[in-house]
Amino acid sequence: MDTAIFLIQVLNGIQYGLLLFLVASGLTLIFGIMGIINLAHGSFYMIGAYLAFSLTRLIGDFWLALAAGVVVAVAIGLLLEWLVMRFLYQRDHLYQVLLTYGLILIFEEARSLVWGDDVHGVAVPGALAHSIPLTENLSYQVYRLAMSGICLAIALGMYWLIQKTRLGMTIRAGSVNREMVQSLGINIGLLYRLVFALGVALAALAGMLASPVSSVFPGMGNQVLIISFVVVVIGGIGSVKGALVAALLIGLADTFGKVLVPQIAGMVVYLLMAAILLWRPQGIFGRG
Amino acid sequence: MSGNKLQFSRRKFLKTAAGGTALAAGALHAPFIIAQPAKLKIGLMLPYTGTFAALGNAITNAFKLYVAEKGGKLGGRELEYVVLDDESDPAKAVDNAARLVNRDKVDVLVGTVHSGVQMGMVKVSRETNVLSIIPNAGAGAATGQLCAPNIFRSSFTNWQTIHPLGKVMMEKGHKTAAWISWKYAAGEEMFQSFKEGYEKVGGKIVKELWLPFPNVEFQALLTEIAAAKPSATACFFAGGGAVKFVKDYDAAGLKKSIPLYGNGFLTDGTLQAQGASAQGLFTTLHYADSLEFPKDKEFRLNYAKTYKLQPDVYAVQGYDAAQMLAIGLEAVKGDVKAQKGIVAAIEKATINSPRGRFTISKAHNPVMDIYLRQVSGEQNKFVGVAWKALADPARGCKMG
Amino acid sequence: MERQPLALRIVLAAGLVALAAFPFVGEKFYVQFVTKVMIWAIFAVSLDLLVGYTGLVSLGHALSYGLAAYTLMLLTPQYEAAGFWTSLGASLGVAALAALVVGLLVLRTSGIYFIMVTLAFGQMAYYYVHDSDRLGGSDGKYIYVRPALEIAGWKPFDLDQFTHFYYVALALLAGVYFALRVLLASPFGRVIVGIKENEHRMRMLGFATFRYKLVCFVLAGVLAGLAGWLAAAHDGLVNPEMLSWHQSGQLLMMVILGGMGTPSGPILGAAALKVLELLFQSWTKHWQLLLGGFIVLAVLLIPRGLAQLFEWKRRG
Repeated sequence: MDTAIFLIQVLNGIQYGLLLFLVASGLTLIFGIMGIINLAHGSFYMIGAYLAFSLTRLIGDFWLALAAGVVVAVAIGLLLEWLVMRFLYQRDHLYQVLLTYGLILIFEEARSLVWGDDVHGVAVPGALAHSIPLTENLSYQVYRLAMSGICLAIALGMYWLIQKTRLGMTIRAGSVNREMVQSLGINIGLLYRLVFALGVALAALAGMLASPVSSVFPGMGNQVLIISFVVVVIGGIGSVKGALVAALLIGLADTFGKVLVPQIAGMVVYLLMAAILLWRPQGIFGRG
Repeated sequence: MSGNKLQFSRRKFLKTAAGGTALAAGALHAPFIIAQPAKLKIGLMLPYTGTFAALGNAITNAFKLYVAEKGGKLGGRELEYVVLDDESDPAKAVDNAARLVNRDKVDVLVGTVHSGVQMGMVKVSRETNVLSIIPNAGAGAATGQLCAPNIFRSSFTNWQTIHPLGKVMMEKGHKTAAWISWKYAAGEEMFQSFKEGYEKVGGKIVKELWLPFPNVEFQALLTEIAAAKPSATACFFAGGGAVKFVKDYDAAGLKKSIPLYGNGFLTDGTLQAQGASAQGLFTTLHYADSLEFPKDKEFRLNYAKTYKLQPDVYAVQGYDAAQMLAIGLEAVKGDVKAQKGIVAAIEKATINSPRGRFTISKAHNPVMDIYLRQVSGEQNKFVGVAWKALADPARGCKMG
Repeated sequence: MERQPLALRIVLAAGLVALAAFPFVGEKFYVQFVTKVMIWAIFAVSLDLLVGYTGLVSLGHALSYGLAAYTLMLLTPQYEAAGFWTSLGASLGVAALAALVVGLLVLRTSGIYFIMVTLAFGQMAYYYVHDSDRLGGSDGKYIYVRPALEIAGWKPFDLDQFTHFYYVALALLAGVYFALRVLLASPFGRVIVGIKENEHRMRMLGFATFRYKLVCFVLAGVLAGLAGWLAAAHDGLVNPEMLSWHQSGQLLMMVILGGMGTPSGPILGAAALKVLELLFQSWTKHWQLLLGGFIVLAVLLIPRGLAQLFEWKRRG
């Protein structure tokens, strides 16, 4: 493999990894702060993609549709937390697994009822639709670069939010000691609702951003779900920094796996997870 | 929740559950009453969700169009459809087919699209001896090693549609090629056939790339194609995957530097979504959009009028499946139990299809011309005949 | 043996009688359906041993199940039957070995990490089978003739007859159920339950908890392998989906829904989920909505599963 091709594959891996980060960051927040295993997280990704499809057709502009989609996703998140999720906080992990699995089925069918079962495409926004030539016969779509840029910006934004703001401090405190935070007069219920909505919005945004390159199709949430869990567990539950590192690691492993060892490409990510967990069970940046 | 409240809802739940179970048990145990003996039950097992949903719909539409043209009756009998979405899932194939045949008691089994699912259906067809017509899936074994008198195909074998491609590519001066497709039964059969045909005329395959079905993350593999620098790329994709691949190939700048070829599934039923990315692509298939046969013109007009859509190769296959069934049923005056007569009639027939006339091989597969087409606008325009009267070698079939 | 509530015991006895009589009145499709439910029940019981009794939540249990199924496929010649005992022995052996290897590696972790590592191994096996040509890839492979048992020329049963298969499955389910009840009432069983409640305490009391957990893990794997062998023989098809996390997940649903840590819970859970699936499927195309709704309601209203419903008299 010559240098140019190698670098392009690294670029491919990073692009995939950054998108994974977006989805996984929401999951790690919900899991780490609220202690809920949410199997329906992949469904939010799917809902985001379908929203992008419908809203782009309705509004005409991709970026406006994205903004509108985020608002809708936040609303869905708030509603879902209030209706269902808040009954799960004190319950066993197993019941969370069971209930959120039931939610997956409900979301899948709701999608079928609202949008039907066909495969749809979302047009790449005009300004970014052209490609930059990288080698004599290979070009790279500018949109993919933009996508990576947006994911990176969001990663920085989350870092700022969690480390440098009061809300972030409250979130971090709440994840370590819920009762203490409550006794300090902070409304933990409201906090959880916000965190959950944030998690949903992140996953939905990832789906929206990815829709022009991945298409919009039934079951698209399932593949993303399992990989997101792998990212969260490798990175350390509750650690956004860990999610970023793990996501990039997986993006690169998956890309180079497909290229170098196609016969076991599917296994590569799981081999990586097993190896890391057996070395350090709490994940790379996980606590104790 | 207080203890009493919990108990109350539990009692209620238990009562409802008991009642519901009793009802369900009654419904399940009741002997299946088949309504009027006069209606013929057609089981349509096709994908109505997922990447092949459009194909399942096209086949269903055209099948029903033919029946409507015949006044709603085949062989003098009215039809009743039992429709089942197989989701292109091979794991459920046997269960689904068995449900149609054993529980719903269909007289004819029509389906499906995905080759892996087809093998499950073939297993059930062979075990139950139900009359079966395959309106798409090209798995060679169905009219090869596992051929059976009650199984017919109105479509193609994977081998047939792509075999002429090697010759076409060589004639256009491409001495080396890369191959890319999904790794499942159909993709692998396509590859074997392409390789056979291409290497026979001196071609060399410099790169072989696979991804799992129905994965559509092509980025890393497109980079590999660029790295290998072949003269051209040959591929097999269909449905939603074909739409994405053609667009991604173009977006990566490869369309200009390394021409793309494939069999017709790459561009059939997908041109509207693919837009500019598909223009000029050459493909081989047993159907094209600008054939001059009167039957084709009539078919296209009727289909467009009824469904407000342009038909594609999948629709033609669905139409022909109904045609073949009609021929068989007419020969036995609608008595679907007289299978020997039905089989004999279809075997001898020449089908007047929109694709041109074709006959049936001893293994029950169409013997037909394969055309070369080129994408122009929203059509796959007929350019020439890539191979005349091509028959699938039917390796391993013990019939005839 | 812990006394189960009278209501439950009556229902179970009645159920057994009904099951034994069913093939005489049911038609082929439904007899085969119930056979499949019984196979799922065996599979669910095997997971309950881990989840309900030892407190080990595994999301990769389908690994043993699937590998046993594939073993049968590999041992079955193209159009002939595999030997009943040889294929069963080999399948159970492979399942046990897989469980042993995985168990040695994963039992060092606990809690959510245990769940994830078991998931990882399950997925690894899934992709290995999914990507391999020899094993049939994503389409799977077919078993055209079921395993046959012949003792000096006499065939006690013919698995190719759906009624015979039904009774073999029923006998195996009953056998597994009773064997497990005996096991759990034994000292070994007491230790297992103790580990779930408080492993630390058990270790303080001098028990080598790791060894107990490993034995449990392997035993559960063997039972899952039995279910896998039966499933492959019955359906005549092995497919990578048998090893997927969906399979493990659906199994976990059955166990939780039915009631963990109860001997009959997983059987109830398997039956309930499969019957509801069939029922909802016949009502509407969007049956998953109904099933999902049922699961959500069940979790919120009957937290300890269906087996809990039979305890109402006691709570009285």
